[in-house]
Amino acid sequence: MAISFLQKHKVIERNVMLLMVFALLVVAVGGIVEIAPLFWIKETVPKVDGVRPYTPLELAGRNIYIREGCSLCHSQMIRPFRDEVERYGHYSLASESMYDHPFLWGSERTGPDLARVGGRYSDEWHRQHLTDPRSVVPESIMPGYAFLADRNLELPHIDRDLMALRDVGVPYSDDDVKKAVADVLTQGDFSDGDKAELAKRYPGAQSRDYDGNPGRLTEMDALIAYLQMLGTQVDFKKAAARETAK
Amino acid sequence: MSYEALRQFADSWGLVLMGVGFVAFVGWAFRPNSTAATRRAATSIFEEDQADG
Amino acid sequence: MNRGDNAFQGVDLDDVVTRAGGWLLLIFLCVSAAGFAADTGFAVHMMICAAAATIAAFYTLRQVGREPEAARPDRYYDDVIRWGVIATVFWGVAGFLVGILIASQLSWPIFNLGLEYTSFGRLRPLHTSAVIFAFGGNALIATSFYVVQRTCRARLFAPALARFVFWGYQLFIVLAATGYMMGITEGREYAEPEWYVDIWLTIVWVSYLVVFVGTIVKRSEPHIYVANWFYLGFIITVAMLHLVNNISVPPSWLGSKSYSAFSGVQDALTQWWYGHNAVGFFLTAGFLGMMYYFVPKQAERPIYSYRLSIVHFWSLIFLYIWAGPHHLHYTALPDWAQTLGMVFSVMLWMPSWGGMINGLMTLNGAWDKIRTDPIIRMMVFALAFYGMSTFEGPMMSVKSVNSLSHYTNWTIGHVHSGALGWNGMITFGAIYYMTPRLWGRERLYSLRMVNWHFWCATLGIVLYASSMWVAGITQGLMWREYGEDGYLVYSFAEVVAALHPYYVIRTAGGLLYFAGAIFMVWNVWMTIAGKLRDEAPMTTAAFDPAKDRPVVPARTAAPVPLAAE
Repeated sequence: MAISFLQKHKVIERNVMLLMVFALLVVAVGGIVEIAPLFWIKETVPKVDGVRPYTPLELAGRNIYIREGCSLCHSQMIRPFRDEVERYGHYSLASESMYDHPFLWGSERTGPDLARVGGRYSDEWHRQHLTDPRSVVPESIMPGYAFLADRNLELPHIDRDLMALRDVGVPYSDDDVKKAVADVLTQGDFSDGDKAELAKRYPGAQSRDYDGNPGRLTEMDALIAYLQMLGTQVDFKKAAARETAK
Repeated sequence: MSYEALRQFADSWGLVLMGVGFVAFVGWAFRPNSTAATRRAATSIFEEDQADG
Repeated sequence: MNRGDNAFQGVDLDDVVTRAGGWLLLIFLCVSAAGFAADTGFAVHMMICAAAATIAAFYTLRQVGREPEAARPDRYYDDVIRWGVIATVFWGVAGFLVGILIASQLSWPIFNLGLEYTSFGRLRPLHTSAVIFAFGGNALIATSFYVVQRTCRARLFAPALARFVFWGYQLFIVLAATGYMMGITEGREYAEPEWYVDIWLTIVWVSYLVVFVGTIVKRSEPHIYVANWFYLGFIITVAMLHLVNNISVPPSWLGSKSYSAFSGVQDALTQWWYGHNAVGFFLTAGFLGMMYYFVPKQAERPIYSYRLSIVHFWSLIFLYIWAGPHHLHYTALPDWAQTLGMVFSVMLWMPSWGGMINGLMTLNGAWDKIRTDPIIRMMVFALAFYGMSTFEGPMMSVKSVNSLSHYTNWTIGHVHSGALGWNGMITFGAIYYMTPRLWGRERLYSLRMVNWHFWCATLGIVLYASSMWVAGITQGLMWREYGEDGYLVYSFAEVVAALHPYYVIRTAGGLLYFAGAIFMVWNVWMTIAGKLRDEAPMTTAAFDPAKDRPVVPARTAAPVPLAAE
C-alpha cells in the first residue's frame, strides 16, 4: 500500500496526460473556492435603493470611457478610509456596480477617483477639461479629448446592446429596448421626446444638451452624460437618516 | 452550506488538512530512497553530451 | 498534415488545391464580414484577417512543383524556433519603445501627440500586451519548443501545426495591437482583446498544447523533465483563465463590441483571478520552465535540488491561483475573499523563494562563472530580481501595506522589477544561449556586448524601480496627509505635480533598458549573419552540434544522410 502510493508520483512524472489532469485539478481549486461562492452568497451584493441600469446614452458614454482607456488612470472604487471619503465621497458599495459589465474599479490613480464625480462639476467644466485639461487644471497630465466634440455619436445597434446586457442579467424591459434609440435622442436633448417618461423608467436620469452644442449629438454628449451620473444613484443622506432613526 | 459553516471549516479542519497534506508531500518528495531517481532526472538534460542512447 | 516527415511522397496536388480552396473561402468570408461590419474597427480587422489568409494561400500554392522539404527525423525541428527568436527580439524592442513613449507622456503630456490613436489610454494596453504577450509570449513559445525537443530528445510533433501556432499567434498580436489603437478593448487589464480575437487565440492556444503534448508523448526519455511541467502548467492554466475570464456577449456578430458575462464584484474577482495568474502562470510558471532548462545548461551543472523543484512546482501552481483578491483589498469585495487572497499571497513567498534558491544554488561551487560568463550573470540577476519582486509582492499584499501602496506607482515599480528584471533578463539569457546553437555558429558575435547589455539593463531597472517606489510612497503619504486644522493638506493636482521628477527618472530608466536591448539586436543580427567580433575571449557553455540531435527509433534511422543544415 505504502509502496504503491510512493510509486504514484513516478507514474505522474511519466504520464503526460495524468500530469495535465492533475495540474488542472490543482489550479482549479483556488478559483472554485474563491469565486464560485460570490455568485450564491447573498450578502456579497446587499440590495440598496436607487441603483438602476444605465440609460442608453449613459451606456454609450460608458463605452467611450472604456474605449479611451479612462479606467487605466481613474479608479471608480472609494475605499473606506477617512481621507478617501473626505476627498471623493462615501465609500463605494458593491451594489453600485451591480450593472457594470465590465466593472471599472480600476487599479491606478494617475488621476483622481471618479466613482462620485457626478454633479461635482458643471457640464461646461467637463467640456473644457476634456478638450484641454491643462486650461482648467495646470498640473494635469491627462491627454486632451477635443475630438469627442467633433464626432457625431454613432450607435449602430444600441437596442441590441441593451438586449446583450439583458442576456447577462441587467433588467432592461422590452419597452426600454424598443425605445433605446429614441431615449438617446431624448436624453441628449436632440428631439422633443418625453423627458419625464424617460426619467420614470430610469429614475434620476437627466436630459439636457451636455456638450453645449445643441445642433449636434456628439460623443462628448454621451461621455459627459455618463460622468455626470457617476455615483449619484444612491441617496446616502436618506440612508444615513434611516440608520439614525433605527 | 452557509458562509459561517464554510468559514469555520476553513479556520479549523481545512487548515489542518492543508498543513498535513503539505508536510506529507514534502516528506515524500525528500524521502531518501528517491535519490537515484532524482539524480538521473536532473542530469537527463546533459545526456546528449555523453554517447548517444 | 505533416508532409515534411514523409520523404518518399511529393507534394500532393489535390491536397494543395483543397487547402488553397479553404484559404480562398476564408478570404471571401473575411471580406464579406468587413463589408457588413457594424463598425469600422471590425471592418479593418476583417481586412487584416483577409490579408493574412491571402498570404497563407500564396504560400500554399507556391508548394506546387516544388520538392517537399527534406524529412529529418534525425534532426530537431528548429525553423519555428528561429522565427520565434527573431519575433521575440522584434516585439521586445517594439514593446520597450511604446513603454518609453507612454512614460514620456506621463512626464510631458505633449507626447500624446494630439491624436486619439496615440493617447495614453490607447497606448498603455499596447505597451503591456506587446511586452507580456508579444515579447514574453514569443519567448515562451520559442523556448518551450526548444526545450521540449531537447529534454524529450524527440523531433517536434506536427511541424506544420507548430508553424500555424507561430503565425497564428503573430496574427493575434497584430489584431490586438491595431485594435487597441482603434479603441477596441474589453477594458479588462491584460485581457483587453475583444471576443473574436479571444476565439482566435483559443484556437491557436489549443494547437500549441497539441504540439507541446504531442512532442512529450513521442519522447525517448522515460522521465518528463521538470521544465516541461512548468511549461505544461503554464499552457493549460492560461487556457483555463482565458476561457473563463473572456466569457462575454457581443450585441452584434459583425461588430467589435462585447459585454462581460459578469458584473461588478463577480467581474472584478474573475478579472483579477485572471490578471494575477497572468503574472503567476504566463510570467512566472512559463519563465520558470525556461529557468529550469537554460540555467543548468549554461552553468553546465544539474539543478541544485530536483526534489525541491517537485515541491516548487506543485506548491507554486496550487498557491498562485488564490492570490488574485489582493488586487481588491478594501474594495466592495467581501472581506473573507480579501483575507483569503492575502493569506495565500503571503504563503506564496515560500515556493517563490524555493525556486529562486534552487536556481541560484545551481551555481554552488562554480560561483566564479558569474565573473567570467556574461550569460550566466544575466540569468543569475534574473533570479535575484525574481527573488526581490516575489518578496515585495507578498509584502504589498498585506492589507495594511496595501492600503498605502494600492492605486500608486509603487505597484508599477513592483511589476517592472519583476518584468524587466526577471522576465526580461531570463529571456535575454535564453536568446543568447539559443541563437548560436540555432544558427549553427561557433559562439555569439560578441560576449562582451552581452556585458554591455547587462549593465545598461541593470542600471535602467534600478532607476525605474527606485523612482517608482519613491513616487508610490510619496503619492500614498500625500493623499492621506492631514494638517493641524484637520483638513487634507494636498489637492490631487498637487500630488500629480510632485511626481513629475520621478516620472522623468523612470523615463530615463526605460531609455537605458532600451539601449541595452539595442545591443542585443546588434549582437543577434551579427550572430545570425555569421560574424565573430574580434575581442578578448570570455567563457560560455560548450556546444557540440553533432550531438544536438533527437534519439531516432531504429526503424526510421537508416536512409537520411547527415548533411549540415
